[in-house]
Amino acid sequence: MEINDIIKPENQVYKSSSILTDKPFSYCPGCGHGTANRLVAEVIEELGIQKDTIGIAPVGCSVLIYEFLDIDFSQAPHGRAPAVATGIKRVLPDKIVFTYQGDGDLAAIGTSETIHACNRGENITIIFVNNGIYGMTGGQMAPTTLPGMKTSTSPFGRNVETMGNPLKITELIAQLDGVHYVSRQSVNSPANVRKAKKAIRLAFESQINKQGLGFVEIVSNCNSGWKLSPIKANQWMEENMFPYYPLGDIKVDGKLIKTL
Amino acid sequence: MKEFLLMKGNEAIAEAAIRAGADAYFGYPITPQSEIMEYLMAEKAYERTGMVVLQAESELAAINMVYGAAGTGKRVLTSSSSPGISLMQESISYIAGAELPCVIINVVRAGPGLGTIQPSQADYFQSVKGGGHGDYRLIVLAPSSVQEMADFVPLAFDLAFKYRNPALILSDGVIGQMMEKVELFKTRPRITTFDQSWVLSGKPENRKANVITSLDLQPHPMEKHNHALQAKYRKMEEDEVRFEEIMCDDAEYLFVAYGSSARICSKALQLAREKGIKAGLLRPITLFPFPKKQIAKLAGRVKGMLSVEMSAGQMVEDIQLAVSGKVRVEHFGRYGGVIHSPLEVLAALENIFLKK
Repeated sequence: MEINDIIKPENQVYKSSSILTDKPFSYCPGCGHGTANRLVAEVIEELGIQKDTIGIAPVGCSVLIYEFLDIDFSQAPHGRAPAVATGIKRVLPDKIVFTYQGDGDLAAIGTSETIHACNRGENITIIFVNNGIYGMTGGQMAPTTLPGMKTSTSPFGRNVETMGNPLKITELIAQLDGVHYVSRQSVNSPANVRKAKKAIRLAFESQINKQGLGFVEIVSNCNSGWKLSPIKANQWMEENMFPYYPLGDIKVDGKLIKTL
Repeated sequence: MKEFLLMKGNEAIAEAAIRAGADAYFGYPITPQSEIMEYLMAEKAYERTGMVVLQAESELAAINMVYGAAGTGKRVLTSSSSPGISLMQESISYIAGAELPCVIINVVRAGPGLGTIQPSQADYFQSVKGGGHGDYRLIVLAPSSVQEMADFVPLAFDLAFKYRNPALILSDGVIGQMMEKVELFKTRPRITTFDQSWVLSGKPENRKANVITSLDLQPHPMEKHNHALQAKYRKMEEDEVRFEEIMCDDAEYLFVAYGSSARICSKALQLAREKGIKAGLLRPITLFPFPKKQIAKLAGRVKGMLSVEMSAGQMVEDIQLAVSGKVRVEHFGRYGGVIHSPLEVLAALENIFLKK
């Protein structure tokens, strides 16, 4: 069999999403953001909503997401993406509006906007990438940094007595009546990538079907911020992050399916 | 038939917003301007024109809802008072940087800090020099009557869309709270007829994705963007200066005052003329762009200028810059929530310029 006999449309098992631009990702090698960006792109393509979708880019590592996804985007001030999304969705209620935010953006500086947009039940989608650290600014402590975890602003480890406990904001969000779907996923393995994509799809579908706000947390790594190789970072995440931030659906069809 | 109403300044702004075809209002309560959102809610703006009215969880959220909606090319406004406007400044800088049109209303109260709910004009610097971080300017309109509170809303929208720049209506607690007769303009349709090639609408196949951002990590493109912004501000200075002159032709002494201080000065002016003092009043209507050419022209004709402001003296610096030392320029004003009387203003003029 010649190679040209193999390269045929019917044999294709994977292709890059048409929603992704040709611009190479600026994320560090091994970072989960690239995969998470791709999953959002694939879901937008498969749902056929490119012409109706408006994204909100945060401040942080994923600020340049608007260069990687070929859709209309508004960049937002740090933490304010849910308010920016609210403004857009209220004047364009038939458009599909989503935010893509990190943990510092969503769960520290933007906690108020996050809680209130969710509590109002804005019919938007929120994709929340939690890697327990401020990556863009060089590895400082985040609201989701684990107890004892070393960062550049907790160089001897997070001391919960003085620095507080990690914030499980996704569990908080799930308890708000305005929220329709909440899930926590990861992109560390092919199986988890598939589950994460399904969750992202459900979060977009609940908006499209006007059922309400869909919220997906993606527990991710930051090998450069964590000072670990990509493989070790993933191992560390599985051993330490997953027990604290357990994966799976939390709220489905407006009903809590997990005891919080 | 003309339609007259007796309204508070804040109510006039709210009614004008509906009639100006505003698509959305986002706000957060703060005295002395809460009547704006209360009126919009009570009037069922949504049922009248389809205008969205939403109470946000903070001024931060409100201005970011404005930022988001402005990116779609809709006519959007917010209102607040001094501390709330301070809280919005980061995002106003984003809106100016991303070149989005919107209208912001500041019904000024006295500071600093929590200050008091009484009227003030101490937010002049914040309004005309940018207010947040970076080099940018807002178009700043200063109404001095309830009528102008209404009329400046459509004007502010028109200027905001003409320049793709935020426009600020700088009012104060006096104008916001007092009641006057207003002639209301006819409701104009919620139709936007500007170049919409830049707006967020979802990307169709036949155009590139639109991105609303003020970010460019490269310094040289960012400098170029800043050059373009500055060119826009210079154009405003050429084309959009608005002011009113009262008895300036033969004036020997000139009051320069805006907003409620201008009303007080117009009374002080009468009292001065009755005493044989040839006083005049220049009332800037746009504070940015500032009527510096007109002030420079008058500097060659008068013996002194008195900037009358409910502040410790802010606009006086712009007058001094405009006259370039050609004539003596002084400031008078009560502040911290206290309003000067016409007699106090006249006495200040006499004490400063006419005491032998």
